Amino acid sequence: MSLGLFIEQVFNGLQLGMILFLMAVGVTLTFGVMNLINLAHGSMLMIGAFLIAFAASTVHSFGLAILLAMVMVFALSWFIEKVLVKHLYAKTHLDQVLASFGLSIVLNDGVIMIWGREPLYVNLPSWLEGPVQLTPTFSYPLYRLVITGVAILAGLVLWYLLTKTRLGMQIRAGAEKREMIGALGVNINFLFTAVFAMSAILAALGGVMLGPMISVQSGMGDPLLILSLAVVVIGGIGSLKGALYAALLVGLVDTLGRMVWPSLLGALVGNIVSNAAIYILMALVIAIRPSGLFGRQLQ
Amino acid sequence: MSQSPILETVDIVKSFGALMVTDRVSLSVYSGELHALIGPNGAGKSTLINQITGELEVNSGLIYFEGEMINKVTVAARSRLGISRAYQVPQLFGSMSVAQHLIMAEIASKNQGFKMWAKSAGLDDLSSSQKSILQQVGLLHLASKPTAALAHGEKRQLELAICLSSKAKLLILDEPLAGLGPTESEQMIELLRSLKSHFGILLVEHDMDAVFSLADRVSVLVNGAIIASGTVEQIKNDPLVKSAYLGEELDVH
Amino acid sequence: MTGAHVIKQSEAKNLRLTLTFCAIFILALLVPMLEQVYYTKLIARISVFAIAAVSLDLIVGFSGRVSLGHAAFFGIGVYSAGILAQFGIAQIWLVMPIAFLVAGLIGCFIGAISLRTSGLYFIFITLAFSQMIFFIAQGLRMYGGDDGFRLPAATVWFEGVDLSQAKVLAYTMLGVLLAVTYVAHRIMSSNFGQVIIASRDNSRKVNSLGLQPYPYQLTLFTLSACMCALGGVGFANLNEYVSPASISWVQSGEFLFMVILGSAGTLLGPILGAAAFVTLEQILSAWTEYWMFYLGVILMLRVLFLKTGLLGLISKQGA
Repeated sequence: MSLGLFIEQVFNGLQLGMILFLMAVGVTLTFGVMNLINLAHGSMLMIGAFLIAFAASTVHSFGLAILLAMVMVFALSWFIEKVLVKHLYAKTHLDQVLASFGLSIVLNDGVIMIWGREPLYVNLPSWLEGPVQLTPTFSYPLYRLVITGVAILAGLVLWYLLTKTRLGMQIRAGAEKREMIGALGVNINFLFTAVFAMSAILAALGGVMLGPMISVQSGMGDPLLILSLAVVVIGGIGSLKGALYAALLVGLVDTLGRMVWPSLLGALVGNIVSNAAIYILMALVIAIRPSGLFGRQLQ
Repeated sequence: MSQSPILETVDIVKSFGALMVTDRVSLSVYSGELHALIGPNGAGKSTLINQITGELEVNSGLIYFEGEMINKVTVAARSRLGISRAYQVPQLFGSMSVAQHLIMAEIASKNQGFKMWAKSAGLDDLSSSQKSILQQVGLLHLASKPTAALAHGEKRQLELAICLSSKAKLLILDEPLAGLGPTESEQMIELLRSLKSHFGILLVEHDMDAVFSLADRVSVLVNGAIIASGTVEQIKNDPLVKSAYLGEELDVH
Repeated sequence: MTGAHVIKQSEAKNLRLTLTFCAIFILALLVPMLEQVYYTKLIARISVFAIAAVSLDLIVGFSGRVSLGHAAFFGIGVYSAGILAQFGIAQIWLVMPIAFLVAGLIGCFIGAISLRTSGLYFIFITLAFSQMIFFIAQGLRMYGGDDGFRLPAATVWFEGVDLSQAKVLAYTMLGVLLAVTYVAHRIMSSNFGQVIIASRDNSRKVNSLGLQPYPYQLTLFTLSACMCALGGVGFANLNEYVSPASISWVQSGEFLFMVILGSAGTLLGPILGAAAFVTLEQILSAWTEYWMFYLGVILMLRVLFLKTGLLGLISKQGA
C-alpha cells in the first residue's frame, strides 16, 4: 500500500468524520438539551441535498444556491418544531422514536412525491472541480478539501456561538445538565426551537456538501443517521467535545478499516467487518463504558 | 431480647470523594427491640440505611446479619435472608393492585419467580396470613384496588404491609410517619408497637413523640457519626444531643 | 408508558374481549376457504407480522424497554428458511425448530449485553446489534448479498403440502400465531410474568423484595427472539424470497409501529396492530404510490393524539 493512498484515505476519513460531526452535534444537543431522540435527523441531511440540487438547477450562482437551500431548511425545521416536535418533549422515548420514525418516512416519501424516484445529480461549478496538487506526488480533489474546510468553519462558528454568546451558554448548560435550564430563567420554547433548527441546519449542511459527491435520493441520510448515533454514543451523549473526537475517530476507523479488514480477514469476512465495525465499537462502548468518552452519566 | 443482635455494623465508613458521609458507625439491633435512629437532616441516615440494605457499598467496616458477614451479599440476597425495608417514598408497582403487591412479595421471598406456566396467585388466593396483614394495616377492604387509586397514607400502609409479608426478621423503616395526620400517626404508632415482638426494628424517624414512645434504644446520627446511643431517658438528657438539635425537636410534651 | 397494561379488567370485559377475538380468529380461519389467493395471502401476511409484534410486545409492553433491533431475529428466521432450503432441508419440523434455536442463541447473547442497559442506551444497543446482523446478511455474497436470493424450496409439511400453497401458509402461520400468543399469555400470567411486570414498574423494589430482575428479563428476551424468528420463516415463504431488507431498522420500526398501533402490553393489541398495519398498507398502496407517506402521517397522529392504541380504544368502549 502506497503512502499516497494511505494519506488519501486519511484525508477521506477526516472528511467523513467532519460530516459525521455535523450530524452528531445535532443529535447530541437535541438529546442533551431536550431529551429528544430524533430518527428523522437523516432526513434533514437528505432534504439539504435535495434542496441544493433544486436550488443549483434554478439559480446560476452556486453560492446563492447554497444560501437559498439553507434558508429553506431553516424555515422547514422551524415549522417542524412548532407543529410536531414540541409535542414530543414530554413524551416517552418510545413515542419519540415512533413519531420521528413516522416523520422520516413522511420526508423520505415526500421528496419522492416532489422529485420522483430517479436520483438527482448536482453539478459542481467549474471553480470547485479538479484536483489540488498538495505535494509533488500527491493530489486531492479540490471539492473534498473545500467541504472539509467548510465543516471545520461550521465547527468554529458553532464553537464561537456556544462559548461566546449567551444563547450558546444556555445551550451548553442545558446539554450538560438539563435541570439547569429552568434555573437559568431562560425562554425555554425559544431555546428548544433554536437548538432543533440548529441541528437541522447542520445536518442539512452535511447534505448540501455531500450532494455533489453522491447520488441524491430518498433515504440517503439514513445510514449516516445511524452512524451518527454510534458517534454520539461513543463520544458521550451531551458532550460536544465527545462528538468531535468520536466523529473523527469513527471517520478514520471506518475509512481506514475498509482498507485493512479485507486484507486481514479475507474478502467475505473483511467486507462484513468493514460495515459492522463501528456498530461493534458502539456496542462495546455501551457495554463497558456507557457514558462514552466524554459524556455525563445518563439518569 | 436474645443475646446476640440480628444486625450489627462495625465501624462502617463511606466517603464520596473527600466527603465522609458515614463516619465509623457501629450499631446493633436485637430481635424484639425497636432501635430508633434519629438525627438532623443531612446527617446521613439514608446513606447508612442504603449500606445496610446493600444498595450502597461500604468503603470499610463490617456488617453482620445473624452473625454472618454480609458485606458482599447483594440487595436481593440480603432481602431473602430477612432484611426488609420500607422506603420513605413508597416504592410500589404502578400497574398492580394491593393484593398483587403481597403476592409479589411472597413470590420473591420464596424464590418462586421462575414458575412460568402455572397461573400466579390472585385476589381469591390470598392466604389467611396475608389477609390478616392487610387487616392489620387497614387495607383489606382495598385489596383489589390499583396503586393509582390509593391515597398517600394508604400507599404508606401498603409499603409497610409488603415488609410484613416476606419472611422478614429485621424491619428497616424509613420515616413511616412522615406526612401522616394526627389520627393516622397514632394508628401507625400502635401498629409499630404491635410489631415489636415479632421483629427487630430499625426505625428512622423525625417524629419524637413516636420515637420516645416506641424505642427501646435510640442512636443519634450527626454528620455521619453516632454521637450518642442509649435508652430514651439517656438520650433525652444527653447534652451533646441537645446541642445537636439546638433544643428544638426534643421539646416533647 | 402509553397503553400500559391494565391490571384486572372486570370479568365481563375480559370475557367480551376473548369472545371478540375468538370471533375474529374464526373469521380468519374461514377466509382461506374462500379460495381467494389474495385474501388468503393477506391473512398469512397479517399472521407473520402479528407473531413478530406479539414477540416484541413482550419486551416493549411487558418489560418496558424499547427494542429497535427485533428485525434481526425476524431476519434470522427468514435466512434460516432460505439457507436450510439451500442445503436441501425444508421440512417444517426441522426448519422452525432450527430457526427458533438459532434466534435463541443469538438473542440470548444480545440480551445478555443489552439488558445491562435501559432507556435510550437499550434502544441504541439493540439497534447496533441488529445493524451488525444486517451487515452480515448483506455481506453474504453466496446468498445474494444485498439483493438476497429466491427461496430455493418452500418449507414443507409433507409430500404435496407446503408453504408455497397460500392456504397451507395461512393456516400454518395462524396456528403458529395462536401457539405463540397462548404461550406468551400463560407466561405473563404466571409468577414469572408478575416478576417481569414488577421489574418494569419498579426494579429497585423487586431487588428489595429479594429477586434480581436480570435473569428473568434475559429469559423473556431470548424467548421473544425465538418467537420472532418463527414469523421470519413464514415471511420467507410468503415472499418466496430471502433478503437483508427484512433486517433493516425500518423493519424494526414497523414492528414497533404495529405494537403501539394496537396497544402495548396487551398481546392481543399487537395482533390488532399488525392487522391494521397490513390492511392500511394494502388500502393505501392501492390508492396511491406514496402510501408510506400516509402511513407515516398516521403514525405521527397516533403518537400525538391518542393516549392508547386500538385495543385500548375498544376496551374503553366496552367498559
